Amino acid sequence: MNPEIGHYALALALPVALVQAFVPLIGATRRDAALMAVAGPAALLQMLLIGTAFAALTQAFIASDFSVMNVYQNSHTAKPLLYKISGVWGNHEGSLLLWVAILAVFGAAVAAFGAALPDRLKARALAVQGMIGAGFLAFILFTSNPFLRVDPTPAQGLGLNPLLQDPGLAFHPPMLYLGYVGFSMAFSFAVAALLEGRVDAAWARWVRPWTLAAWSFLTVGIGLGSWWAYYELGWGGWWFWDPVENASFIPWLTGTALLHSAIVVEKREALKSWTILLAIITFSLSLLGTFLVRSGILTSVHAFASDPTRGVFVLVLLAIAVGGSLTLYAIKAPKLEPGGLFSPLSRESGLLLNNLFLATAAATVLLGTLYPLIAEALELGTLSVGAPYFNTVFVPLMVPLVLLMGIGPMMAWKRSDLAGVLGRLKGALVGVVVVFGIALALSGVDIIDIAGSAGIALAAWLFFASLTEWAGRVRLFKSSPADLWKRVSSLPRASHGMTIAHLGMAVLIVGVSGSSAWKQENILTMGAGETVTVAGFDVTFDGAELIRGPNYESVQGTFSATRGGGKAVTLKPERRVYDQPVQQTTEAAIHTTFWADLYIVLGDGPADTGRYVVRAYFEPFVPFLWYGILMMGFGGLVSLSDRRHRIGAPRKAAAIAEPIKA
Amino acid sequence: MAKRKTQRLYFILLGGLAVATGVALVLTAFEDSIVFFYSPTEISQQTLSPGQRIRIGGLVETGSVNAEGETTTFTVTDTAETLDIVYRGILPDLFREGQGIVAEGYMLASGVFQASDVLAKHDETYMPPEVADAIKAAGEWRGDEAPQQEAMSNSATASP
Repeated sequence: MNPEIGHYALALALPVALVQAFVPLIGATRRDAALMAVAGPAALLQMLLIGTAFAALTQAFIASDFSVMNVYQNSHTAKPLLYKISGVWGNHEGSLLLWVAILAVFGAAVAAFGAALPDRLKARALAVQGMIGAGFLAFILFTSNPFLRVDPTPAQGLGLNPLLQDPGLAFHPPMLYLGYVGFSMAFSFAVAALLEGRVDAAWARWVRPWTLAAWSFLTVGIGLGSWWAYYELGWGGWWFWDPVENASFIPWLTGTALLHSAIVVEKREALKSWTILLAIITFSLSLLGTFLVRSGILTSVHAFASDPTRGVFVLVLLAIAVGGSLTLYAIKAPKLEPGGLFSPLSRESGLLLNNLFLATAAATVLLGTLYPLIAEALELGTLSVGAPYFNTVFVPLMVPLVLLMGIGPMMAWKRSDLAGVLGRLKGALVGVVVVFGIALALSGVDIIDIAGSAGIALAAWLFFASLTEWAGRVRLFKSSPADLWKRVSSLPRASHGMTIAHLGMAVLIVGVSGSSAWKQENILTMGAGETVTVAGFDVTFDGAELIRGPNYESVQGTFSATRGGGKAVTLKPERRVYDQPVQQTTEAAIHTTFWADLYIVLGDGPADTGRYVVRAYFEPFVPFLWYGILMMGFGGLVSLSDRRHRIGAPRKAAAIAEPIKA
Repeated sequence: MAKRKTQRLYFILLGGLAVATGVALVLTAFEDSIVFFYSPTEISQQTLSPGQRIRIGGLVETGSVNAEGETTTFTVTDTAETLDIVYRGILPDLFREGQGIVAEGYMLASGVFQASDVLAKHDETYMPPEVADAIKAAGEWRGDEAPQQEAMSNSATASP
């Protein structure tokens, strides 16, 4: 396949997207079935065309076709195959192509599997998808074409930034984009419902799986980015409140809110217009995230392309999408049928509070992220808003949210009895006190120890309360084993999914609290044979040697660490210099136990002394971050497999799932 | 429909409470966590209260880097004024003489800047925008001769 075919396919996809954007929309207004029927084939054709373009670019990367500018700038023949492929999206143009490719796949999925969707809703939702696709295709074709040629063909490529040559980062962008673009489905359905003037339980049942899938991918995508920053950058930290991190985290917060408010629409047909608004906001924030990252407008510790024309283009796209959908919302939302009533003490209220906390948190993080821009525009000086701001506003909002997470799932719909719920949580409260006591006994009574222990107690609350809720549902202690199994397997997958995700959140909180409170850092210069003690580990520096990798040269240090005279483990941190582009990177060495990481970074040494600057960290509970994130993503997927979400799938599937109830 | 009105009132109260909480938190946090950026020229012109967290930036002066154990001292310049910096730890991979850097920390009474973080961009041709502005303000800008390369143009979630 050659790049021109890819370019041509991409150019063809634009008019197809425009047809998909407008013809079904007109059809839906005129109730013309033939015009509406255009949406499906157009979506499938779009996937075919964009898929061809994506395949052509991937092929150019694999074959190291340096006549393509994009390949020349971002690849190299000596690069391992995985990084040749990940190089496709390891750059601006290719990552946008990936963005529309995912959009096209999702659109085609609605077209192919959405047979049970009401015709007009489907036509309108696909039309909105077509509009988003057209916007991004125009962006790629006019400002960021990945298929430009170079003449004469260079003999060798410039190579991919070595920091990106990493398995964690190879999959980070696709995961994030699956999340961002997944939210575009919620957005399209929201706009379609507004045009339709009707939001009901069936609508929510269509939106929820997309939101769930998007949320799960975004969760894992953010987690991968954090994991990568932790082990690759050698700073021993896993979250920096960097603008680019925030750009993906803000849609995660509102997406989490959307996930929960859609449940209220599905079960109780309440909070309808709020849910629509959340769907619009979540996707708008995904677009804003793309804008912030792509335009280079924010001073970030990341370095990325700053090209004003691209920034302006995305800004215009953003203005159209946000302005258009919010205007539509302002006109149409008041006409939506009012939803069901509920008392201030009910499951609905709990979910509403969850939404308020998440939305407030999203707003404050957004403000902190954009404030340097606002200040610059108002000439208040050049400034930055750092981690202290975010910690000060974020933590007080999350603590009550997590307390609520323990209670909310046990509240009844419509009207609930708080005293009864708290009564059932007595056991959990005892557990919290015990955990808090143990944490204090093990750590100490300094302010930081109390804060860390309180964080762990908070996690324990969520953990025990979630287990109590689950145990109550399956009657863990009140039924025979056979009966219990029946109950476990007949409990909807969505319930299991919720429990797993909430438990994951608890595990994540242990990681956040523990690593923030009890991290230890040791910076020193070491010569061969010297030993340093870090949190009970005796770490001995055995020496350093020069080694040669496939496309880099490296100074590799050897350290052996023992704890309490146990078996020694070897750690080999490196300081690499890549051949192309010539760039130095730090490869931290990490020894993981179940509870904690020992993390060693090798720095430069004073010349010719044989001594090196060494940073040794003890990172307690950091592994819990990754366990927690995986559990949350897995919980989302379990919930996604709930048969109620497949209601639109062939009815046979529902029939097969039925007998379990017996 | 008195009940619907009650519910609406409840929504409005909750919404108001959320907004108020958000504003209160933001104002408290802004009070002491906004970090201003100064160039060496600006620092020489004004007195900062010792201990106030600020960011500074400039080019690392050639020949000024001096490592002693794990402590490094160096000088940054915006081509008009210079500022001495002391930092303990491992400098970022791309830290080198002639490179534009940004550092966060505070001024010591001796007039030396104690840096707690040093940020150098991952891309050797990249100039931190604040540093570029500071050098422009000092009147010594050689123009955008170095094309800004897209070395790390993807959406990587990362940090220093």
